[in-house]
Amino acid sequence: MQTASLEQLEEEEAKDSFDVDVAVTNPEKVGDGMNAYVAYKVSTRTSLSMFSNKTFSVRRRFSDFLGLYEKLSVKQSHHGCIIPPPPEKSVVGMTKVKVGMDDPSSVEFVERRRAALERYIQRVVSHPLLLQDSDVREFLEKEDLPRAVSTQTLSGAGFLKMINRASDAVNKMTIKMNESDTWFEDKFQEVENEEQQLRKLHAMVDSLVNHRKELCGNTAVFAKSMAMLGNSEDNTALSRALSQLAEVEDKLEHLHQEQAASDFFIFSELLADYIRLLASVRGCFDQRMRAWQRWQEAQSSLQKKREVEAKLLWANKPDKLQQAKEEITEWESRVTQYERDFDKIGMTVRKEVLRFEKEKAKEFKSQIIKYLEAMLQSQQRLIKIWEAFLPEAKAIA
Amino acid sequence: MMQEGLDDGPDFLSEEERGVSALSSPPRAVNVDLQTDATLQVDISDALSERDKVKFTVHTKSTLPNFKQNEFSVVRQHEEFIWLHDSFVENEEYAGYIIPPAPPRPDFDASREKLQKLGEGEGSMTKEEFTKMKQELEAEYLAIFKKTVAMHEVFLCRVAAHPVLRKDLNFHVFLEYNQDLSVRGKNKKEKLEDFFKNVVKSADGVLVGGVKDVDDFFEHEKTFLLEYHNRVKDASAKCDRMIRSHKSASDDINRIASSLYTLGTQDSTDLCKFFLKVSELFEKTRKIEARVAADEDLKLADLLKYYLRESQAAKDLLYRRSRALVDYENANKALDKARAKNRDVLQAETSQQLSCHKFEKISESAKQELIDFKTRRVSAFRKNLVELAELELKHAKGNLQLLQSCVGILKGNT
Repeated sequence: MQTASLEQLEEEEAKDSFDVDVAVTNPEKVGDGMNAYVAYKVSTRTSLSMFSNKTFSVRRRFSDFLGLYEKLSVKQSHHGCIIPPPPEKSVVGMTKVKVGMDDPSSVEFVERRRAALERYIQRVVSHPLLLQDSDVREFLEKEDLPRAVSTQTLSGAGFLKMINRASDAVNKMTIKMNESDTWFEDKFQEVENEEQQLRKLHAMVDSLVNHRKELCGNTAVFAKSMAMLGNSEDNTALSRALSQLAEVEDKLEHLHQEQAASDFFIFSELLADYIRLLASVRGCFDQRMRAWQRWQEAQSSLQKKREVEAKLLWANKPDKLQQAKEEITEWESRVTQYERDFDKIGMTVRKEVLRFEKEKAKEFKSQIIKYLEAMLQSQQRLIKIWEAFLPEAKAIA
Repeated sequence: MMQEGLDDGPDFLSEEERGVSALSSPPRAVNVDLQTDATLQVDISDALSERDKVKFTVHTKSTLPNFKQNEFSVVRQHEEFIWLHDSFVENEEYAGYIIPPAPPRPDFDASREKLQKLGEGEGSMTKEEFTKMKQELEAEYLAIFKKTVAMHEVFLCRVAAHPVLRKDLNFHVFLEYNQDLSVRGKNKKEKLEDFFKNVVKSADGVLVGGVKDVDDFFEHEKTFLLEYHNRVKDASAKCDRMIRSHKSASDDINRIASSLYTLGTQDSTDLCKFFLKVSELFEKTRKIEARVAADEDLKLADLLKYYLRESQAAKDLLYRRSRALVDYENANKALDKARAKNRDVLQAETSQQLSCHKFEKISESAKQELIDFKTRRVSAFRKNLVELAELELKHAKGNLQLLQSCVGILKGNT
């Protein structure tokens, strides 16, 4: 019976397609001093009838995005949904922005955040279940959103801590689950391994980003030094060539800078997103465990009630017996309900994981290809730069 | 066409495979443009790296009558090269020449330390990672080794090409005497003396440098060399730093490739196959990136380092000429004084004539040396900059091809 429903799930998966496109753009600083914040334009384009218009936009701030996650978490996670995690809070980053949005590190921070928010909301609307949620629609459409207040707890480290704490609670359960179907155990292990691997890879890509930025700086410094040397050189043709070389190095610096940006925004952020997404996946497995726990606890409560009834029968107390019988009926229906919930969440988790893996494969492929194409363009420009220099070098006499 | 990009790697590697004895090619004269001539050809035909020293096999081919044979080899160590260099510097006869700069001491310390650290960390990494890193470090060691051989060889070639220095007796002994020259380790006293000599020289340099020269040519050269030397020094240091960052980035790509490979071997899904393909690509492009850094090192960094040493040698020549001028002026003053007192006049006259002669001799040869220095410099820069540009183009084209082919395959499969 289980294999049949799995096939059914996969078929349903293939049919699902969505027509909602969300972009997050135009970051603007609102207000002054320490109360300032950044507002983003959230523009939606859709052909779905559940929205009032085909295209519309609203302004949202970072805490609004966090607030959305909170609401979805509360409502949907116990169904076994993989809720996409929001980008991380950053006190340091935001303080710099509050002071001024013009310096390069602030610009980079805002762009990083804008891109992360866009990816986040796009993932939310791509999720068939979450798209149906009224809070999501309100987020996209409603002109003014009430300020989200309880987002204090959702700092960057906070999200992962939250997931891990929940995991620990599940692990400490006294009754160990006996899986009739190893799919869940195997998949969970896979997810944990992958999360670990991606962490390692992410650290290496971060190292690459830093070394490329370093290379950038050192190339710029070297370019200036070469220019000075060119000035000193008293052979005219050589002096000219050295100045040209200095210009080449200058151009290379720009190339390195762009490559570092590509390393970061395309590759590193992809990995960061999926490390957090995999934690979310772990979260939904934990939810299933909780559902199982609830069912088991209900069963043991039912058992206790039956024992009480037996004792009462023996002690012959008819009025208390009636109450006991009522309680038994109540718990019997609960047990049935919780068992049904557990099966349902199991199916949802499977469906979600399948969907997640499909999306993940798609996204990794498209992003990595994008990254390689950026590298490709970089090489093409490199060729042009050196081709221009070669005749200058040959002209030295 | 694809092969060209890939074979680019083995170009460097095949020399490794052939072993260091592949140095039998004619003098590599990396940074110097020299006319080699049949009457005296010197090269380093082999080299052996032992625990804490390098043994160079100096091979000579000569038709000159001074040598017992036409072709012969001896084994020399770094200190013996230094002895030879110092003997030129100390020889008054050669005061008017730019003494070819001494090769730097072979320095494997950093490389050896890295290899040691690798050995210690063997337990904490996979077998593939370890093997890979070991290969990397061995390649690095080999590169340093080849460089030090090249630098020692260039020194000998410069001497052999110099019309006067090539006739030096010590040089011939160096080339031919097949026993140990026993010049290792200057004693402490000698080292201190050297130290003070250098201190005095630089103080003098400032003093003498301040006096404007009567001769325009030398005045120009002085100004030029002082500035040029400082700027080459700066450029050399900054070039090194830039290349180091380049190497670090290339090392990161290496690790990323390994990590992607691990991810790719977890399963046999489409995504895993994708990871394996990308890992393979990164491995290949990283090899090219490493070559780019190595070529920049060879063609640019080494060139700058060499001219740092050469410009110092040229400055030393100017200094010696200035000293000779000071001595000449002093001798003139002494002569005037002697004539005034009418005492030891003959002695003073002889002394004055000697200083005059010495100064004029140095000036004459110095002028030619400095002109030659310029010619050599321009020619060396031209050669290296052209080669640098050609290599960068070759590597970029190789990389491009790899990327285009890989992206094509990856896009086709999705």
